[in-house]
Formats: sequence, C-alpha cells, structure tokens
Amino acid sequence: MNLLLLILTPLLTAIAVLLPRNKQHVKWVSFFGSIVQSALAFVLFFAFRRARTEDPSSPMLFEQKHKLFEALNINLHLGVDGISVAMILLTSFVVTAGVLVSWNVEKMTKEFHFLLMLLALGAYGLFISLDLFVLFFFLEISVIPKYLLIGIWGSGKKEYAANKLALMLMSGSALILVGILGLYFSNNRDFDLLSLSRASIPGSVQDIIFPLVFTGFGVFTALFPFHTWVPDGHSSAPTAGSMFLAGISMKLGGYGCLRIAIFLLPQAAKHYADIIIILSAIGVLYGAFVTMMQRDLKYINAYSSVSHVGFSLLALGMLTQTAMVGAVMQMVSHGLMTALFFAVIGMIYDRTHTRMVNEMGGLMKAMPFITTAFFIVGLCSLGLPGLSGFVAEMTILVGSWENSGLVHRAATVAAVLSIVVTAVYILRAIAHTAMGPVKHERHLQLKDAAWNEKLAAVILIAGILSIGLAPGWLSDLLKPATEVIMNKLK
Amino acid sequence: MTEFLILMKSELMATALIFILLFIKMGGGMKNGLLLQVIQVLLLVNFITGFFFNKEGNLFGNMFHTSALIAFQKNILNLGVYLIALLNADWLKKTDHLPEFFILMLSALLGMFFMVSSGNLLIFYLSLELSSIPVAAMANFDLHKKNAAEGAMKMILSSAFSSGILLFGISLLYGAMGTISFAEIPQHLDSSPLQVTAFIFIFSAFAFKLSIVPFHLWAADVYEGSPVATASFLSVVSKGAAAFIFITILYKVFQPMQELWYNLLVTVSVLTMLLGNLFALRQQNIKRFLAFSSIAQVAFIVLGISSNDHIGITSVVYFVLVYVFSNLSAFGVASVIAEHSGKENIDDYKGLSKTNPFLGWSLTLALFSLAGIPPTAGFFGKLFLLTAAAAKASYWLIIVAALNMVISLYYYLRVVRAIFIDNNEMPIKKIQADRSAELGLVICSVGILLTGIVSWIYDFIQSLH
Repeated sequence: MNLLLLILTPLLTAIAVLLPRNKQHVKWVSFFGSIVQSALAFVLFFAFRRARTEDPSSPMLFEQKHKLFEALNINLHLGVDGISVAMILLTSFVVTAGVLVSWNVEKMTKEFHFLLMLLALGAYGLFISLDLFVLFFFLEISVIPKYLLIGIWGSGKKEYAANKLALMLMSGSALILVGILGLYFSNNRDFDLLSLSRASIPGSVQDIIFPLVFTGFGVFTALFPFHTWVPDGHSSAPTAGSMFLAGISMKLGGYGCLRIAIFLLPQAAKHYADIIIILSAIGVLYGAFVTMMQRDLKYINAYSSVSHVGFSLLALGMLTQTAMVGAVMQMVSHGLMTALFFAVIGMIYDRTHTRMVNEMGGLMKAMPFITTAFFIVGLCSLGLPGLSGFVAEMTILVGSWENSGLVHRAATVAAVLSIVVTAVYILRAIAHTAMGPVKHERHLQLKDAAWNEKLAAVILIAGILSIGLAPGWLSDLLKPATEVIMNKLK
Repeated sequence: MTEFLILMKSELMATALIFILLFIKMGGGMKNGLLLQVIQVLLLVNFITGFFFNKEGNLFGNMFHTSALIAFQKNILNLGVYLIALLNADWLKKTDHLPEFFILMLSALLGMFFMVSSGNLLIFYLSLELSSIPVAAMANFDLHKKNAAEGAMKMILSSAFSSGILLFGISLLYGAMGTISFAEIPQHLDSSPLQVTAFIFIFSAFAFKLSIVPFHLWAADVYEGSPVATASFLSVVSKGAAAFIFITILYKVFQPMQELWYNLLVTVSVLTMLLGNLFALRQQNIKRFLAFSSIAQVAFIVLGISSNDHIGITSVVYFVLVYVFSNLSAFGVASVIAEHSGKENIDDYKGLSKTNPFLGWSLTLALFSLAGIPPTAGFFGKLFLLTAAAAKASYWLIIVAALNMVISLYYYLRVVRAIFIDNNEMPIKKIQADRSAELGLVICSVGILLTGIVSWIYDFIQSLH
C-alpha cells in the first residue's frame, strides 16, 4: 500500500472542507474524508498482516523514500511497523468519531473541520514518517490547531488553557528539536530513523540527548510533572478537541518516547529507566488520587488520563518486551476509551448544560443509550475483563513484574494500587450521574443520543470490545515490532 | 561592453527606473492611481528580468563582484520592493509625492545592490551611505506627523553615527595593512590588537544596520513614526541586504579571525533574541511590536551566519526570502488597517476575524510563519538556521534559541488571540482594501505556504554557490 495516501487524504479533506458554501455540506465532506481515512487504515492493517507473514524480518514495511531537502539530507522517508499500524487504526477511529460528535458545531464550521483534519494530518504523518525532520514537522503541525480549537470553540477559562497548552507543548517540542539536531550531527548529518538505529551513537552523547527527547515527548504525553496542561486543556476544549487531545495527541508523545528516545538511544534508556519509572509511578498515583477529588466530569477524565497514560510510560520504563507491548496496547486502549469518555461527557453536557457530578442523577431514565455508553467506558477505565483496559493493564503489570529490581517492584505495586482508586472514582461518578433519584425534573425531558452520536459511540465501543474480547490481533501486530526495539536494548 | 551591461544588469535596471520616474515627475500629468499601477508593473518587470542573464564576474578592478547567488540575493530585494509597492497601495495612492517616494526607495535599493556586490571597503562604505540616507527621507514622508520627524531624525543621527564608526574602522584597517580590497585583506590579517579594534568597529556598523543588540534601540521609534511602507522596507529589504553583505565580509574578508567573530556573533545573537523577545512581549502598537519581533528574527539570522559554512549561507538566503513574504505580509495588513481605520494597536484588532476574515487569516498566517509554525515556510527557515548553527554550537546555545522560539510564540499568539478569540463590541469595520494590496497579501500567503514545502527552492539556492 502506498503510505502517501495516508498523508494526502487528510490534506485533501482539509482543503475540500474549505470549498462548500453550505455548512451542512462541510460536515458531510469532512465525514466522508474521515470514512476514507478509516477505510485506508483498515486496508493498511490487512495489507500489513499479509506483508508481515511474507517478510517477517525487515523492521519497516511499505517503505518509500523521496528526496526533500537534498542539501541537508532530509528525505520524505515513510514506512510502518506494527506499532504505527495500531496507532493509525486508533487515529482513524477517533477522527471519525470526532467528526461525528461535532455535527452540531455551528460557529465557524468550516474552520473547525479544517483544523480537525489538520490535526489528523499531523497524527497520520507522524506515525508513518521515518525521517526525524519530517516527523518533527508533523508533530508541530498538530500543536497550533489545538490552540485555535480550544481558544475559539472552547469554554471556561479557554484563553488561559489554550495559551498554557500551546506554550508547554511548544517548549516540549523545542527540547525535542535540540535532541533531534543532536542525533543529526551524531551520525554525520543524518535524520533517517533506520540508519540512525543502526549507527552506534556514543554513550556520552546518548546521555545528553535522551533526557531532552524523552522530556520533550513526555510533555506531550503528560509525564509527571509536565502534565499541568492536561486538565486545563482537556476541560476547556470543545468535545472533539478533547477527544483528539486525549485520544491522539497524547499518544504522539508516547509514540515518540518509544520510537525515538528508547529505540535510538537504548544505552541511555537503561541509565534513565529508574527515573522514568519513578516519575510515571508518581503520575499514576497522583492522577488517580486527584481524580477522586474532582466533581467536574471533564476534570475527572482529564486527571484519570494522566493516571492511565502514566501506566504506559511506566511500562516503557520497565524495558521488557511484554511491558512494551502492554504500553502500546494501553495507548490504543486509552485513546479509544478516553475519546468515548469525552464524547459521552459532551453529549451529557449538551443536554444538561452542566458537567458537575452532583447536579446530575438518574440520567439513565432519560438517556439510556448515552448512559450505557458511559457505563461501558467507565468499566473499561477501571479495567473490567472483556474490555480493552483490562487487557492493556494486565499485560503491563505482568511485563513489569518480570523485572525484579526494587524500584520496579515498588512502582508495579503502586500501579496496582491505583486501579483500586480508579474503581472508586469511576463507580462514584457513574452512580451519581446515571443512577439514583433524578435531581432536576427537566432532565426527564431530555432526548437520547441522535444518530451521529450513536454512530460515534458505536464505533469507539467496537474498538474497545475488539481489543477486550480478542486482543490477539493487536498483540500479533505489536510483538514483532517491539522485538526490534528489544534487540537494540540487549 | 556587453559584459558590463550584463553584470551590472540589476543596477542599470534600478537606475533606469529612477530616471523613468524622474521624467514622469517632470511631465507631471499622471494621476496617483494610474502612476502607482505603472510603478507596480515596472517593478514586476524588474523582478522578472532579475532571473535572467546572471553571470559571475568582476568589474572596476575587482571593486564590483557579482555571481549567480548575488544576483539571486538582489532579486529577493527586488521582490521585497515589488511587494511593498503592492501591499501599501492604499497609503501610496493618497500620498502627495508618489514618484519621489519610489525614487528614494529605488535609490536606496541601488545602494543595496552595490553594497551586496561590493569587493572593496570603499565601495562598501559608499553604497552603505546610499542605502541609508534616502531611507531617512522616506521615514519622514508623513510630513504632518510629529513622531515621523522624530523617527527620521533618530534614523539619520544613528546612521550617521554608525557610518562614522564604520569609517573609523576602515581607516584603522587601512592603516594596519595598507589595503581595503576584500581579496587582499585576509592575507594581512594577524589578529593584532589594532586589527581586532578595526574589526569590532566594522562589526558595530553592521549591528546598527541589522539593529542587533546593543545598537537596536533606534528601530522601534523609527518604525513607529514612519509610514508602514518605509518601516517594512527598513525591516525587510534593508536588513536582508545587510545580512547578505555581512556574510561576504565575515566569510571572505575576516575568515582568518573566525574564532573571534564566532564568539561575538553567538553572544550578540543570544542577547538580541532575549531582548527583542522580552521587549516584544509588552508592546501595544503593532508597528513597535513588529519592530521588536524583527529584531528577534534577525538574531536567528546572525545565529545562522555563525555556522561559517555553505549550509549557513544557503539557510540565511532562504530565511531572508521567507522573511520577505512573512514580515511584509504582516506589515501589509497593518498598513491596510492603519490606512482605513487609523488604528494601530493590537487591542484594536480584537474581533478582526469576524469583520475582515481575509485580513485576519493573512495576518495569522504571517505571524505563524514568523513564529516558525509548520506548515508555513518560517518553520523551515528557522529550523534550517538552527541546523546550520548546530554544526558548531553547543547544546545550551541551541536550547536557548529553541526556547526563545517559544517565548516569541507567546507574543505572536497574543495577536492571533486578539484576532480570533477575544470579543470586541467595536471591531474594525469591514475594510475594502485596494485590489493590489489584496493581490500582495495573496502572493505573500502563497509564498508562505509554498516556499517551505516546495523543497527544491532550498536546494536551488544551495546550487547557486
């Protein structure tokens, strides 16, 4: 399959969205574009499985290389492995659902969908690029649309949140930039990921570059203590914006930590592993406990995202293959789950005009579909078997236990404890909103989900279930890919 | 003779344009609107011819040197002047002395051409004077405005001061080695204290011209007082020309002293970045804001120059090209708005996207490019400058530069926020800008979007030298 299609489709969609005069047409164009993207993602998935059985050895498949800036040795080098395919599938799910839940955006509709597609472009591009410069380009492409999405369509203290998000993410990418330039000059002016992975970068250089790159991507993926943009950003963003932020953008960071920091700088990864584990264990526990104190549904999901993403960073720090598979699984699972969570919160807020848990109650009576989706996502979040959260967290915990160091054990125990806390806040949130007596009479008159909202929820639930019930397809994708990275770590 | 014609093609074209304008002025019978269109066409022709018949060669006993790269650099300046004539159409149409304005601007441009081509400190000095004195007159073109006179006065005093310093440096250098030819100076350089002093004086003159720390303070006052057309000429074309000849002087003439000037450049660049950014944070007037932002931009050029290799040259030329599009576009929007509503403050721009979406998006795109946000060309320009500098620089230096980009993003976003997010009960009314101004904005926006992604432009510049 030609990977350029994955860049061109969102790009063309973004341009096509600007053309129609009628708002209704804009939505349909955008929806059609996201459907094409999903179709491409599925084609890629099946083509990849076939190609992988034929060619089990090469690290990347469907590679192509075009000269871009010859003088600087920058190439448009594309290629995918199992990890990228999983992330691309996740992206296509979230994009489609995001477009669907934004059906009612009436303010500057064109610009809204244009920015969504730009975000999608950044994500797809990042997951398939094998040239650090191009990868960085796509990473940065996805920052400013978030700023505008929050600033223009957001709610609450949106100016503050948008500014904080943009500046923190840009500081992160500034660190990444320095790290990438360090890599470039460490291998005789070379941005290519694969040839860098074969080069032997001296340990002293690795020790300088690794913290820069890992912290930089860590900011994107809410590594403690750089997570502070998450709650403000998520809670101020419009629904689709939060879905993209938590579902895709945070995963860009996790992907970068794995693909660039750990893969290219394995020696330094071992040196810094303890620090990563300690920070992410703090993140896991801190996120969980802070969530307990929240009353606003968006803040609940934002802080629980810090905790859940902490899980995947923790797994990355463990540097075992099982944990690594679990880390990527957690990224995918959390991406789907959190997107659904935000979608449901958006639906509830659109109807009740509140996000405060204690102002709701008995919503099940009026909105059975929405609250059922809410139940599913809550149960997934607390790790109920049969749903994706369980599979991912179980894999991570098993993988973490393989490592017998004291720090590793302590962090694993801490992570397990957080699951209990998660159960507390999730069950409490669900109980207060969906069940119990109805707080306001007018809530009884509220309508249940419309077709677009139902479709969005169904798409995401299908993703969650397919991982939860049959995780084989995902782990088959991830095992060979993580093996390549593990070989570097030996 | 034909060689003379071909090698001095750009200069002759500029001179011919000056004469044509003089004749038109003497004839006297043309209305401003028509005249402006004629000028725009002439400048466009001038720009297009700049692409052809470019040869390498020397004239006047090596006093004048040109090559494919230099011709390209001159053509970037031509492009800048053409865009200024388009973007400021609203103001130009109303001014009483339209031909004089362009005669002055083209004289300054002619000076810059000679400056970029100079092969001798004498002609460098003469052309530097030619390129700055007319600008002082241009700065005072709004005769009824008080701060225009103030700005012009500051401009003429500071440029006189800087040429004094430059002359002093040149005479010291001549005293030390008995030659002022670019080709001969390197053979005599031995970093004796006298030579170092001479070099620092010459460096200060450049610092004035490029408005880098500690000689940056004149810029904001001059920009604020002068018409936007002059301010944009000063901040884009004049700085571009100075950057080009700066490279020649450092790389060719003072190459043996490169350790000295490397440290000097890096220090000055970091200070300029920080000060420019910190001052820009608090500006209210859009012209002052752009003045400080362009001070910070030039700091990146200086950082790129410090690399002392081919990538450095290419990246600087490329960045200037990108900078022409982005900064002129920003100034262009400021000019249209100032001319139609008289408003120049960032707070006045609140709600601009609702009443004037085209102007709002153009300005936003320009600011994103200045901030270095992909997919605009500014992203590539800044990154290539950093890449060039990173070949020699230490990690901390690149971190400081990269974090400075974040600081600058803060204040660029301030304007974007005013345009798109902030509410305003009295937004600027719908503006019908002049057609050519709109054309100029479209050209700039297309340039901003394409110069980066169409990657052969960079490789083309690289192939020129």
